[in-house]
Amino acid sequence: MTNSSGSQQSVVPAVKKKQRAPLAWIGQGFFILLGLLVVYVLATNAWKDPSLFSQFLITGLQLGFVYAMIALGYTMVYGIVKLINFAHGDVFMVGAFTSYFSVVKFNLHQWPSSVFPGISPGLSVVIGSITVIIISMIICTLLAITIERVAYKPLRDAPRIAALITAIGVSFFMEYFGALNFVYSPRFIPYQRPFEVVAWYIKDGVHLIQEGQPPPEGSVTFSNILVIIILASLLVQLFLQFLVRRTKIGMAMRASSYDKPTARLMGINVDSVITFTFAIGAAFAGLGGVLYAIAYSSIWSQLGILPGLKAFIAAVLGGIGSIPGALVGALIMGQAEAMTMAYISTPMRDAVAFTVLIVVLLLRPTGIFGEPEREKA
Amino acid sequence: MELGFLFLSIFKIVVILAYLYGLLWVLGRPNKWIKIGGVIVAFGIVQLALKPPFGNITILNSFDEGLLFQAAAMTMVALGLNLIYGFNGQFSLGQWGFYGIGAYCAADITYRWVNGDARGLLVVGIGTILGGVVILGIGRLVKKIRGIPVLSAFTLYMVGALAAGALAVFIGGQINNLLAPALGTNLNPGPLNSPVALQIVFFLAVIFAGIFAAEVSFLFGLPVLTLGSDYFGIATLGFTIVVNVLMTNSDTILPFPEMKGGRGMIGIPKLTTWFWAFFFLLVVIIIMRNLIKSSTGRAIMSVREDEIAAKAMGIDVANMKLLAFVIGSLFAGFGGAIYAHFIGFLSPGTFTFLVSFNPMIIVVFGGLGSMTGTIAASFGWIFFLEGLLRVILSQMGTDAPTWRFVLYPITLLLLMLIRPQGLLGNIEWGFLKREVVKMTKKTPPEPAATATGNS
Repeated sequence: MTNSSGSQQSVVPAVKKKQRAPLAWIGQGFFILLGLLVVYVLATNAWKDPSLFSQFLITGLQLGFVYAMIALGYTMVYGIVKLINFAHGDVFMVGAFTSYFSVVKFNLHQWPSSVFPGISPGLSVVIGSITVIIISMIICTLLAITIERVAYKPLRDAPRIAALITAIGVSFFMEYFGALNFVYSPRFIPYQRPFEVVAWYIKDGVHLIQEGQPPPEGSVTFSNILVIIILASLLVQLFLQFLVRRTKIGMAMRASSYDKPTARLMGINVDSVITFTFAIGAAFAGLGGVLYAIAYSSIWSQLGILPGLKAFIAAVLGGIGSIPGALVGALIMGQAEAMTMAYISTPMRDAVAFTVLIVVLLLRPTGIFGEPEREKA
Repeated sequence: MELGFLFLSIFKIVVILAYLYGLLWVLGRPNKWIKIGGVIVAFGIVQLALKPPFGNITILNSFDEGLLFQAAAMTMVALGLNLIYGFNGQFSLGQWGFYGIGAYCAADITYRWVNGDARGLLVVGIGTILGGVVILGIGRLVKKIRGIPVLSAFTLYMVGALAAGALAVFIGGQINNLLAPALGTNLNPGPLNSPVALQIVFFLAVIFAGIFAAEVSFLFGLPVLTLGSDYFGIATLGFTIVVNVLMTNSDTILPFPEMKGGRGMIGIPKLTTWFWAFFFLLVVIIIMRNLIKSSTGRAIMSVREDEIAAKAMGIDVANMKLLAFVIGSLFAGFGGAIYAHFIGFLSPGTFTFLVSFNPMIIVVFGGLGSMTGTIAASFGWIFFLEGLLRVILSQMGTDAPTWRFVLYPITLLLLMLIRPQGLLGNIEWGFLKREVVKMTKKTPPEPAATATGNS
């Protein structure tokens, strides 16, 4: 901590000396007090009502794993092009809407049972839902590739801020274009799920919640969508780890992220690597969008803004460019948000996200898993 | 009617631009008396057009008046942002938050005053002055200790500012009891509620709102400005969101029941007149122009060009960033105060972060680091979008207003792709003209002697 804050003060990196900055204890003390306060609030509340606390923990888990899926796109794109892809949150929104339309307009979640009438209903739902998800992912991928080609590619050599403004512009365009009546309409739309949400409660074992029967006092409930989100998110993590560490394109991605000109010299087509990065991030955002919509069952054209920003913060928190970092950061963000909703006040949930961002950047600018920053490219 | 309205609106925009050009030209005259006379004439023309003393011909109706006030407020906000982003290179999305803080702060002062409660003015006034003194004092202290970490300095400032605030609340409460009889109530206003007194209170409210926004920006900017460009942008965006959340819950989380949270604050006295709008606009333009032309201004601009080189030249980069950020927020606070007293109704919906990109778009449009561009773009923006497009689109069906928001990002994108330096680029008019230093070439800048002869 001393080091990081000291390096911001030092004039030129070459003159940096390893000496303790004066009065560093004031700032450290302030943050230690802040941390202790948070721990105290959480601990007393957990002691008071453990089942409620674990319920909020589960809420936070669900949010966190959704954020993790979105954060992957941010962290990979930022790792390679150093661009905050604001439009990523809107890709997530488009994913949710695509699944909505494929369910409502085209009944895609039931295609197996209409094509093969003899199929068992369970299998039909599973295949149908997976189809819906895959279609959303494909649409999101195509959208992201289009955005990258049209808006970002011409600005590759422009100042970074120009690209950032462009990203904001793209994001705005998608939000407000989506708000037009013939697109998605500006209203909140009740989401029709491709499969039913089933919930269980945990008290002396796991029991199914019957309809019209509230779970007993002091129990913790969870739903199948929570399990699906966690599984999907972990699968995506593993897949991406594999992709980045073990495959050729992953190696190209790492090389481009490390040093673009040299990567080019080594025969890597950096442009197509960047496009691939956008595409794969968007696919996961689409998956996240569908699962988010299923879990929270209400969608609108500005759905993606705040989850997008929070996912970005999660990526920063975990260390931008690091894939496990995105997961860890997202889980922390999810918990922070859930605990704020529970014990401070619901509207402050957005405020806390940014407070976390600022605190993290001040204490550890590279994030939890981040490598120390190389000199600016 | 449609076509006539269209031509009239475009004509208005042209006239406004010509007017601005004339104003800046007149301000650039070397003779002091011509300058003052020109400003008075410039003020008088619009004042006469707004309230013609002869006959019943209205040249500018109340709709246009509203547009003028909005444009003046927007100009202040955008100029502040241009100082932060255009001249100092810090990508800030928090300008709208400071605008909102200024608006709510000033509105609260006058609202309370009108309703027989002087605490708004007293607490904010004493708080900002005390806070300023405390911050300056701590600043001196901190300067003596070399290499103090930002976090520690921030903690010190924060504790100081909070103490000043608490003291101000206490003192304000005490003095308020003395003033209460002179203020009267809403129904039978006392002597301190006369129109003249209200104008003075309004003036103070605008000033204090600006200073308050500036102090908040100081406390916020001190740690956040160390983050670096992208992160700074996100953090300031977060600031706007946090401010908006607090506005929505101003009656529950914050102890201000008169702000009525998400329902919106009504009953703000409509005190903005063309005089005040013009006055503050001029003040902002002159302060900023003189700042930019001074050595401090050159230091601010050098930070944008190259931080390391600026450091090597002995410029305190962190301080310069902070200075630009604080002054930019001061302007935003002024703008907010003017806006609040023109519209008479504040709701958190006006200050959502989606709208917060408007000043950014204006600055990018007008040209980064071009004051003239910003001023012209703000007026053009308000008159074109609020005046022309809103009226025309609202006649085209329910969906049409959204098209407005679809069109700006497209224009922004096209602008970024085709002309990233903004419409006016680096061109300055009259008063604002300055020696153009070629930023891209690595030639030594010309001697400063040529700078004076240019205006």
